Amino acid sequence: MSTSSTTGLQGARAHARAMAGTRVEAMPTVPAEEAVDLPSGVTAQSMVWEETLGAGGYAAKELGRGGCLRLVDLRGDACVSMLVFNAEHPIERLNVADTMKVQWNAYLQPGRLLLSDMGRPLMSILADDARTHDTFCGPSNEHTPRAYGDCGAWGRHPNARGRLLLGVAKFGLGRKDVHPCINWFKGVRIASDGATVLEGGPFPPGRSVRLRAEMNVIVVLTNCPHVLDRRPTYEATPVRISAWRGPVTAPDDPIRNATPESLRAFLNVEEYFRR
Amino acid sequence: MNNSVYDGLPRTIRIDEVVAARAPWDGFVQAGETLRILDLEGNQAVDFLLYAAHDDAERYSAQDTIVAQANILLRAGSILMSNEGRPMAQIVATTVAYHDTIGGACSCESNTLRYGHHTKSHHACVDNFLLTHARYGRGKRDIVSNINWFMNVPVEADGTLGIVDGISAPGLYVDLKMQMDVIAVISNCPQINNPCNGFNPTPVRVLVANDGPASR
Repeated sequence: MSTSSTTGLQGARAHARAMAGTRVEAMPTVPAEEAVDLPSGVTAQSMVWEETLGAGGYAAKELGRGGCLRLVDLRGDACVSMLVFNAEHPIERLNVADTMKVQWNAYLQPGRLLLSDMGRPLMSILADDARTHDTFCGPSNEHTPRAYGDCGAWGRHPNARGRLLLGVAKFGLGRKDVHPCINWFKGVRIASDGATVLEGGPFPPGRSVRLRAEMNVIVVLTNCPHVLDRRPTYEATPVRISAWRGPVTAPDDPIRNATPESLRAFLNVEEYFRR
Repeated sequence: MNNSVYDGLPRTIRIDEVVAARAPWDGFVQAGETLRILDLEGNQAVDFLLYAAHDDAERYSAQDTIVAQANILLRAGSILMSNEGRPMAQIVATTVAYHDTIGGACSCESNTLRYGHHTKSHHACVDNFLLTHARYGRGKRDIVSNINWFMNVPVEADGTLGIVDGISAPGLYVDLKMQMDVIAVISNCPQINNPCNGFNPTPVRVLVANDGPASR
């Protein structure tokens, strides 16, 4: 019996098992406690997720209330589309319009909240040294003609909307649950005449965003070129995802108390958890 | 009869209804037909969504629309895009300089954030949408970033944004020519806590017209 022969079952199983231990850049660290990139101040035992998404990658995970999520644009050319759902009742989800309107500002920055459609914060932005994000343009799609060819979600140049659909599908959600999303690391600003202006970089390596879950959430992430990215090649450098457990936000938390709107949002989520 | 209400519309008026203040409205509009929403008393925000009639998982996408025109303002000529990248409707005429698609729909829940918990019982657009959707087996998953006809949401250089006094006036309108068969859903916004309705929700008029044989 040859271990390289897959004509028989013994050989086929040996062939499959011979792959164990293979490492590539775009993969999860399982268990997360063995994280290769432990954030400073975070214990290995509190880690719940470490994963690197390559170009076109997607992932979805449930995070507990109080936990933190860090996204790192490792080489300066990532674009992370994100959807967030209340894990307990995914009918409640990220509402980008409310996020901007309630907080009186179009641009995401530290201290702001990602609001659900039910008047509650799904996540808060603890830190952000990138400051180039997009709440207007949504995910790339498979219809926009691209120089690099077909953008089907199954192919070599997958579109973000299709990858978001896969991410939500793994939690039993569907087409109607791919809502307007946030794009991290690529900025879109609005000119005085209403025009959208892309801040596409590429940027210096290592910029990061740190979020805190204010509810038990399902987070869906993709890493695909921004919909306004007109480059002739499909460009998205890897993003590192790290998440760890943390305490529920305290009553004296500065983000909680920053504005009248943020305070009422936290009163609402605290009320939600009063059972 | 005030003929100016029909000026510029195709000759056959198939629907001509007044939507009461604070009320929802929905209707099937065929590809090629024109839907006119008329701001009867001025500065009445009309929250609006479109669904492909054959497949309501295909729906209006504010994000796809903004990308297609590289601008957040809806003006004459703007094409309203679906989440599948297809044109649903085009603004073929409007007597208001621009309309909004980033301000979203008010809800009882967001009202408690924006104004205080004393507003929880106020009627809101999301509830109008839900009442309409419920008749067709749709629900909260079908509510996405909507259009606000006649509403004014400026964005300043530092990103400061909000609803301010409208730029509409009595008798102004928007005409949409449908590019596919759609279900159009309206919430005649009941909001009284910000300027979107001039602090006084009022009726609007909805007309659907086509070039078919004259009704007489």
